[in-house]
Amino acid sequence: MKQLISFAIKEFRHISRDWRSLAFLVGLPIAQMLIFGFALSNEVKEAPFAVVDLARDDESRQIIERMRASNYFELAIPLEKVADIEAAFRRDDIKMALVFPPDFGAAIRHGQESPIQLITDASDPNLATSLTNYATAIIQDYQQSLHGQMKLPYSFSIQTRMLYNPQLKSAYNFVPGVMTLILMLISAMMTAVSIVREKETGTMEVLLVSPAQPLTIAIAKMMPYLLISMINLANILLLSYFVLDVPVRGSLALLIAVCILYLITSLSLGLLISSITNSQQVALFVSLIGLMLPTLIFSGFMFPIENMPKPMQWISNIVPASWFFSIVRDLMIKGLGWGGIWRETLVLLAMTLVFLGLSVRRFHIRLS
Amino acid sequence: MKVLLVILRKEFIQIFRDPAILRMIFIMPIIQLILIPLAADYEVRNINLSVVDNDHSTYSQRLVQKLAASGYFKLTDYSGSYEEAMGAIEEDQADLIIEIPVSFERDLIREEEPQIAVSANAANGVKASLGGAYAATILRDFNQEIREELISIPRPSPLPILPVKPVNWYNPHLNYKKFMVPGVLAILVTMVGSFLCALNIVREKEVGTIEQLNVTPIRKIHFILGKLIPFWVLAMIILAVGMGVGYAVFRVWPVGSLGVLFVVSAIYLLGVLGIGLLVSTYAETQQQASLMSFFLVMIFVLMGGLYTPIESMPHWAQVVTRFNPPAYYIEAIRMISLKGSSLADLRPQLTAMVAFAIGFNGWAVWNYQKVKG
Repeated sequence: MKQLISFAIKEFRHISRDWRSLAFLVGLPIAQMLIFGFALSNEVKEAPFAVVDLARDDESRQIIERMRASNYFELAIPLEKVADIEAAFRRDDIKMALVFPPDFGAAIRHGQESPIQLITDASDPNLATSLTNYATAIIQDYQQSLHGQMKLPYSFSIQTRMLYNPQLKSAYNFVPGVMTLILMLISAMMTAVSIVREKETGTMEVLLVSPAQPLTIAIAKMMPYLLISMINLANILLLSYFVLDVPVRGSLALLIAVCILYLITSLSLGLLISSITNSQQVALFVSLIGLMLPTLIFSGFMFPIENMPKPMQWISNIVPASWFFSIVRDLMIKGLGWGGIWRETLVLLAMTLVFLGLSVRRFHIRLS
Repeated sequence: MKVLLVILRKEFIQIFRDPAILRMIFIMPIIQLILIPLAADYEVRNINLSVVDNDHSTYSQRLVQKLAASGYFKLTDYSGSYEEAMGAIEEDQADLIIEIPVSFERDLIREEEPQIAVSANAANGVKASLGGAYAATILRDFNQEIREELISIPRPSPLPILPVKPVNWYNPHLNYKKFMVPGVLAILVTMVGSFLCALNIVREKEVGTIEQLNVTPIRKIHFILGKLIPFWVLAMIILAVGMGVGYAVFRVWPVGSLGVLFVVSAIYLLGVLGIGLLVSTYAETQQQASLMSFFLVMIFVLMGGLYTPIESMPHWAQVVTRFNPPAYYIEAIRMISLKGSSLADLRPQLTAMVAFAIGFNGWAVWNYQKVKG
């Protein structure tokens, strides 16, 4: 025990000496939470669109006015003919083009159908779908206003409710996601690099010939990063609650407990990486490409896991971040209790034990 | 010139000597390139639907069939009650609940305007809003169908109807992979270019071999070029390999000219390498370099428009993305790949890339000191 403490003190000294890294370690997550909490969003706003108005009548003008008045669209350039649309798309000047046929207003007044063409740049399929939906809704609104008080017969109404997040704030999804990413990367990457660094510079040999158990050395290595990560965790939770307005609807104590478990998972993953790599460059590359991108992709925070093909869903099952992300969302956004998260927590716990076991074994083998 | 060649030889030998690094450089990005577009399937189909049918009438059943046949929804279960369906939402088994009220059919025929409730799990806002919109469209269609059946005598509609004919250009089947493959490729090239270059230089600092280089008669410019050129070559090779993989696995091949694509990439990479060089002048240890790179990569990926459109960001964030080189490159590579944009169409992006290349490299060279203070 005494050994462990003195080793831990040594590690703390190491880190506090390198103030530049320390500042980064604590400052980065704060900056990232703020940037991404505010900046990441999927809401469509002021998408530039063009109009080819071959009709030039009151009806087409009114629809254009309505489009301009909405927050979703912004009129970029008036185009003269349909042939100009292609070039505007290729320069990426517009995301959507609206073509009114020459007889548009006359057709409406005579009860005939004269369709408006809605051309979207579907290189971004989701944006295209959203823009089509919004534009259609605006045109339908206008149609409704032409109908005035008259109502279509045999109608039913649709009431749509958005559960948990009535204002559809993106932060509700991104805060748990960024939290998953930051906690994992800072702890895993830093532990891995700091251990491999000792290997690379040769000081590891010195540590290993000391009477301390390899396990003691490993745990001591993890201690400072655990502490830094706890500070980060506190910062993240405070920021998300007070600045980003993301609620903690479930139990805070439970959330913190699960976060600490996840930190230990990440630290042991870092330990594992350090035991299989010999240079800092490789350790970093493994952490970044092997941890960061999978965490982004497979945690379900960017892309819903249920949409993925089956083999991908299996992969997401072995990524610890996906379990943690689900727990955080259940606790913070959905407000579930222990009953809703115990399965995920057990899986996370099992993974942690496996990582820890594996890395301790490898750490030991390296001695002989 | 001769000096430069010698240095380049040394650098290439160093890179190729370490099989671990080489494996990292090539195999990892390719695995990522295959996995990410497969996983990143954001086509909103297969929304898990839980139906609470309190009516059990012909109409309600027809409605459910229509929803299931639309291709957007996967009917996961018929729940007995709303509470039961909520349970499915809590366990992430369902994304959307559609509740059909008691005596829906009777009320509809009596013109009492029954109400159908659509509840979406908005913990994921995108899926919820798209799912809700699809459901509403299908419900309205269904309503129109019923209406036409019930109004037995066909009569000219007294009310004007404004039909809308949507067309999707460049990607008519809304294939998400066509969108993701070029984007992921852009990020991978960026990471290899900036990150590996920075680490390589800082490593020489940390191990101390940079001192040895500094006492040789080679000039600053030779040293820097010697470090940049190998990674520039490597990144271009990765781009070519990645495009091959994209075609082999996903059948995604640029619509536009390959020449344009490589010219743009070559210019862009100069700027990216400049970033790597800049990081290396500020970092003393590989740990510091990696922290800086980690921060930069996160900004690159999340604020580059790879996943969330830049247009959706708040105004200040859009201003920030103007200083984010990958944002231009992701945009450019997508424009070339999907829309076949030409160099003339890409003038704004190219101008920015040239500015970045000059800016970052200039800053880095200015900041690089051969002899320490």
